[in-house]
Amino acid sequence: MKHIISPTDLTVSELNELLDLSEEIIANPRKFSDVCRGKKLATLFYEPSTRTRLSFEAAMLNLGGSVLGFSSADSSSAAKGESVADTIRVVSSYADICAIRHPKEGAPYVASLYSSIPVINAGDGGHNHPTQTFTDLLTIKNLKGRLNNLCVGFCGDLKFGRTVHSLINALARYENISFILISPEELRVPEYIRKEVLEANNIQFEETTSLENAMPKLDILYMTRVQRERFFNEEDYIRLKDIYILDEKKMAAARTDMLVLHPLPRVNEIATEVDSDPRAVYFKQAQYGVYVRMALIMKLLEIV
Amino acid sequence: MLNIGVINQGIVIDHIQAGGAMKIYHYLDLENKDVSVAIIKNAKSNKMGKKDIIKIEATLEDLDLDILGALDHKLTINIIENGVIIEKRNPKLPEIVNNVLKCKNPRCITSVEQGLPHSFKLTDRVNGVYRCVYCEQSFDRR
Repeated sequence: MKHIISPTDLTVSELNELLDLSEEIIANPRKFSDVCRGKKLATLFYEPSTRTRLSFEAAMLNLGGSVLGFSSADSSSAAKGESVADTIRVVSSYADICAIRHPKEGAPYVASLYSSIPVINAGDGGHNHPTQTFTDLLTIKNLKGRLNNLCVGFCGDLKFGRTVHSLINALARYENISFILISPEELRVPEYIRKEVLEANNIQFEETTSLENAMPKLDILYMTRVQRERFFNEEDYIRLKDIYILDEKKMAAARTDMLVLHPLPRVNEIATEVDSDPRAVYFKQAQYGVYVRMALIMKLLEIV
Repeated sequence: MLNIGVINQGIVIDHIQAGGAMKIYHYLDLENKDVSVAIIKNAKSNKMGKKDIIKIEATLEDLDLDILGALDHKLTINIIENGVIIEKRNPKLPEIVNNVLKCKNPRCITSVEQGLPHSFKLTDRVNGVYRCVYCEQSFDRR
């Protein structure tokens, strides 16, 4: 039985299979509308996340399966002090597969140690968010037609942004990828990403504070929100939250085929005027998130 | 020059990063062992500038030396018999270290679920980097 705790739990060839299946689903969703009949997905969400939870639930419903779960720690037995290990052992007897989101890093890994059903990490604190990464990869592959030979810019909170760390890790496995890391000094990517992923794999990257200067070089711009919940200090959050705002003027400097991705939710880091630009694909990206989760559920339940 | 008597039988842990001796003293559980121990802090070192040294008069069976590599991968272990060094060892770097190192990341699941074992895996053999198996934060030796 396989669990998905980190984006690199899938080999490149398994990942390519997942993305191929996702593209099959995109092409012919009806063909898959009943493949999970009788199967149940448990969504164990210890912190609120409307988008990810609904995306998982929509994925299972699209496959003809059903869903059960909770959407905050307060409405679960965690409020009574139950451990993740005990919760998952019980849930294993109620459902066929589960998606778990938890504010503490490593909680889904703990669940996988004690689970008798496949566990999918739906985000653990500032650590991993593999299905967001698969969503990002599917978006790039489906719209760009490739996952190699790309210059990818990440902008905003690169320190706490787990989607950024996960996507860097995943893209680093493809050929001829370069990164431009755009952030204020305080929110640079952690040293271990620089040393153990980028430098260790001889990947070309530059760090800059200027979004304007980076724009013309990019094939992909991945914008992120500065997240209040990752800061211990409110003053730091207020000082840094509006540091990058993508608007039409900045978009004018970008290539005509550049794509703007964002894991959503957006606050104000992308001006709404950008939404109508055909290069802004973040809402399409959310739709791809459902397709890739459908494919992942099928793979983990060994339906294909 | 500080002079600590030569030991006859036991080990000398040398080249400990300055300030690290007491941590090693605790991890080896020396406070609960009936052995003679000398701790030298901030000794002058040509290589390191300053270093700590621990001399322990005991047989090897009394000590669990396997964890030393996880605590300080640059130290050296000298085995002493009849007052002379008969062997110099570099510490082993175990692949997994269970319940020796504690994860200090306040966001780690181990910070709220006290019953979980603290487990670290070796992720960089050259630099002796250990990471928590749950949150992947590297162990901070300071």
